[in-house]
Amino acid sequence: MVTELEIWKYLEEVFDPEVPVLTVVDLGVVRAVKVNGDSCHITITPTYSGCPAMKRMEDDIKEKLAEKGVKNVSVDLVLSPAWTTDWLTEKGRTKLSEYGIAPPENETDKSTLFADPVIVPCPQCKSKNTRLISQFGSTACKAHYQCNDCLEPFDYFKCLR
Amino acid sequence: MNSLFEYLLRLGDDSLILGHRLSEWCGHGPILEEDIALTNISLDFIGQTTTILELAGQVEGKGRTNDDLAFLRFDKDYRNLLLVEQPNTDFGFTMMRQFLFDAYRKPLFEALMKSNNTQLAAIAEKSLKETKYHLRHSSEWIIRLGDGTEESHSRVQESLDTLWRYTGELFFKNEVDAELTASGVLPDLSGIEAEWKKTVDEVFAMATLTIPESPWKFEGGRIGKHSEHLGYILTELQYMQRAYPNMEW
Repeated sequence: MVTELEIWKYLEEVFDPEVPVLTVVDLGVVRAVKVNGDSCHITITPTYSGCPAMKRMEDDIKEKLAEKGVKNVSVDLVLSPAWTTDWLTEKGRTKLSEYGIAPPENETDKSTLFADPVIVPCPQCKSKNTRLISQFGSTACKAHYQCNDCLEPFDYFKCLR
Repeated sequence: MNSLFEYLLRLGDDSLILGHRLSEWCGHGPILEEDIALTNISLDFIGQTTTILELAGQVEGKGRTNDDLAFLRFDKDYRNLLLVEQPNTDFGFTMMRQFLFDAYRKPLFEALMKSNNTQLAAIAEKSLKETKYHLRHSSEWIIRLGDGTEESHSRVQESLDTLWRYTGELFFKNEVDAELTASGVLPDLSGIEAEWKKTVDEVFAMATLTIPESPWKFEGGRIGKHSEHLGYILTELQYMQRAYPNMEW
């Protein structure tokens, strides 16, 4: 019989379709794994309300577990507690950076209207001399930055708290 | 009348109709970054709609799905604000509409996190994080345009003059609110108007914009009396489901 630990290991082979270096575990969207006899129940939480990758992740999880011979898998989507980039694993942050996407910085709460954009080091040349181009980037979870030194435009996995 | 169903339609339809309006900018943004931003924000709204109308369908208990509610109602059954159905007009007008709405949505979601309905509280908690990004984006643009060139200033001032009359409805209340407040589904929402006004005043001061003097305000969206614009939106929004019933993507 399959154990919860094994399921977690299998889930490390399921990747985010939009940021394909991150697994669903790295991303922190898998909230719980419960094995009950011969059935397995997995709880995931969406990153953003409209993230089109969620359905795909749900299907990919089912497909991967079927491939591993795990039967009776159900996947549930829960909204609370709401996902935060604090749930990205350390490994996930390193992988993002190596892939050329700057990982989230520790930003203060956005309840204040105006604040200077955070300093995000360039994932290419590591310079801290970068600027925010737009809070909204290629996907819901990213902002668009540019490095003032190497001039490379880059994605920033924006902080969500 | 099912009050919770009715209230969820207000929340869901605001997100749906404004999300649709923003999606009309796809491929038409003044610059690439704004094209991407407006459609990203649209996506957040459509995502919120999905969960809110799904819950509405469950609460109603007649087996309607979120798709049924989004695509198969008539205009009088929509409960969105008149504000969100106003046409995009130009970028400044779109940003003014967005700012007036975002400044209202943020304190609303903050309050709704305290609802005794855990599903509604969860939706509020999730959506609030996105709303903070939206408000920051729209308020920055209002300041940039208002305190910008003569042309940009006059355009957003005109937008404000046109849209201000739709803001009274943000704080519309009827028996639905009374019942839900009594049962604890709605927490105390009395503070959100003052908080909205504070944000609006602060941003307009920085943007050198003036609030129109006329106290006249329109109402109607919350009880299904819409402007003619909603019909045109629904014609486009519902086309596929009306032309090819039950089609799936």
